Amino acid sequence: MTGTFVGMPAFPEAARAALGNAQLRANLAAATSTIRAKRAAAVGELAGWEDLRLAGAAVKDSTLAKLDEHLLTLEAALTARGAVVHWASDAAQACELVASIAQEHGVDEVVKVKSMATAEIGLNEALASHGIAAWETDLAELIVQLGHDLPSHILVPAIHRNRSEVRDIFTSAMAAAGRAAPADLTDEPARLAEAARLHLREKFLRAKVAVSGANFAVADTGTLVVVESEGNGRMCLTLPEVLISVVGIEKVVPTWGDLDIYLQTLPRSSTGERMNPYTSTWSGVTPGDGPQEVHVILLDNGRTRALADRVGRQALRCIRCSACLNVCPVYERTGGHAYGSVYPGPIGAILNPLLKGVGVDQQTDSLPYASTLCGACFEVCPVRIDIPDVLVHLRAQVVDAHRGTAIPSAEAIAMKGAARVLSSSRLLAAAERVGGPVGRILGVGSSPTTGRPTMRRIPGPGAAWFTARDLPAPPRESFRNWWRRSGGRS
Amino acid sequence: MRVALQVTCIGEALFPETGQAVVTLLRRLGVDVDFPQGQGCCGQPMVNTGYLDEAIPVVRNFVDTFAGYDAVVTPSGSCTGSARHQHSLVAERSGDPALIRAVSEVSPRVYDLAEFLIDVLGVDDVGATFPHTVTYHPTCHSSRLLDIGERPLRLLQAVRGLQLVDLPGAEQCCGFGGTFSVKNAATSIAMGTDKAAAVIGSGAEVLVAGDRSCLMHIGGVLSRAKSSVRVMHLAEILASTGPMS
Repeated sequence: MTGTFVGMPAFPEAARAALGNAQLRANLAAATSTIRAKRAAAVGELAGWEDLRLAGAAVKDSTLAKLDEHLLTLEAALTARGAVVHWASDAAQACELVASIAQEHGVDEVVKVKSMATAEIGLNEALASHGIAAWETDLAELIVQLGHDLPSHILVPAIHRNRSEVRDIFTSAMAAAGRAAPADLTDEPARLAEAARLHLREKFLRAKVAVSGANFAVADTGTLVVVESEGNGRMCLTLPEVLISVVGIEKVVPTWGDLDIYLQTLPRSSTGERMNPYTSTWSGVTPGDGPQEVHVILLDNGRTRALADRVGRQALRCIRCSACLNVCPVYERTGGHAYGSVYPGPIGAILNPLLKGVGVDQQTDSLPYASTLCGACFEVCPVRIDIPDVLVHLRAQVVDAHRGTAIPSAEAIAMKGAARVLSSSRLLAAAERVGGPVGRILGVGSSPTTGRPTMRRIPGPGAAWFTARDLPAPPRESFRNWWRRSGGRS
Repeated sequence: MRVALQVTCIGEALFPETGQAVVTLLRRLGVDVDFPQGQGCCGQPMVNTGYLDEAIPVVRNFVDTFAGYDAVVTPSGSCTGSARHQHSLVAERSGDPALIRAVSEVSPRVYDLAEFLIDVLGVDDVGATFPHTVTYHPTCHSSRLLDIGERPLRLLQAVRGLQLVDLPGAEQCCGFGGTFSVKNAATSIAMGTDKAAAVIGSGAEVLVAGDRSCLMHIGGVLSRAKSSVRVMHLAEILASTGPMS
């Protein structure tokens, strides 16, 4: 059983707690800097990278503009090839569908390919409530599941763990879930991989039902595509008798040829490889080969809400590469759990509010503010999602959702006041006349940093500034007064 | 050419030396820069916190103040980015066709100082002397929103006596982020602390950047850590004609 994000505090509080974890910060800094360098090298060797980004964005945008038509094409092609297509408008419906298919086959366990869609809908927990065990077979997902932990990264959900922590988790938790870890297990990567391989092998060989997501769904051929690195996905997609794939409706691309773009940009952006080791594609049922019963659940769960947002809809281009997480200076320091969702980092900060809507809960409303708007995410995004633009757009939605409440927040009052002062040179000068002397009283000593007296704390809403930062005391003469006095000639 | 200085709200109230340096520098280069006294702020604090309605009067005042100038020079990549990328959003929100038109006329004429010097005036060497070891932090909005590239470095490299040293991890955000610095103070400080450590590690006497707001944050951390590193705006170094006092 994995943990739950339900009841997570808003980002600032969760981040503060995470920042206090020195081991977490060390693990993250090491992992993200390694993967950043790999990505930069893999992307740098392609001369036409910008063209690939533009093409990737254009194909997704034109597909999303006629999503209804492409989905019907996909459904028809899948059905013609022997797959059963289901439509799920939300998480609960999708989970019920998976559970009822599994129950029809009388199984009490399924094996899983790593899948963001099934994590998003909380499938493992839902299946558990039906008495069905869902075994994660991706190595990092296995670490998270065995550790009763939560994913903290889209591609590498256990990025917050180092190898000695992984050894401890395997040693203590594998036996309860199946084949135990060897008694003499060390934290050598090869030994850890071998322990996972042996543990998972008995699940692959036993399972009758597998559950996957899909990276892409090709409409004209009815083909689902899974890209992965470990081969566990290939096992799940070929060995069991029944395969159930939960696919977000934004995963559709019109033609097989469109994959050309994404099979280049996805691995380079996510693992920093030219090509991922395993690319599995399947179109419905092939008699006598692979699963003989294939279900595809097309999942909305907020995607049509996001699609209706003129600015926000670009988030549906996302191919879940995680490049934005790896370059994000906020993510690097707080880790993924602080975002309270299976989608952390910059993409999570926009995707969660877009899927769930703003103005409903404080945690979701805090996410668009979990960014300095530095723009590193947009720079690396292989489908050119302008995340800073969407963040600012969503902040306005959050503020608008709270307009007209009986008691406005302190921030809303402050912003209204600031706007009045900052739009009027007369009021600005008046504020300086009042604030200047007060600030100068608070100013002490002379800081070498600015050569001026320094304020070390002030009361009121700005107090958070001073927990670890000074601020120079206001100057004796503002720029405006200097200009008036001297005409700009000092 | 009629040139106006947009001194920025932080520069106006807290760091007049930056605006003064811009005036000194531009006059030395033969530009008769004006300071239109009606100016307030660019509106970025409101827009980036989500208060679009509140930003409308701020943007209206901005375009009223700077209408009629051929160029508006501001010592801030971030305020330049705000004018170019966000004023149209605010104007659209207002639904006022006159404001939409005014913004479309003023926004493209707003220049960051380094852009103005190199792209408009066509100078790399502004005749400055500054015999100190300096490290440069490329602020996020100047590098990623304005694509300012090597311009500030070209200006610094032409300064007599100045020794430029590398800042490790220079492209990483300092963690200021406007209201992020107080709404997410703990994360902001964690980022600022790492940036300050990189600055100290560079061995420079002076940290320079093109934005007073980022410098206020990094400088605040350095000052609290009792570091001897001085923080200066690019304009102050380019206006210098000798060692700092």
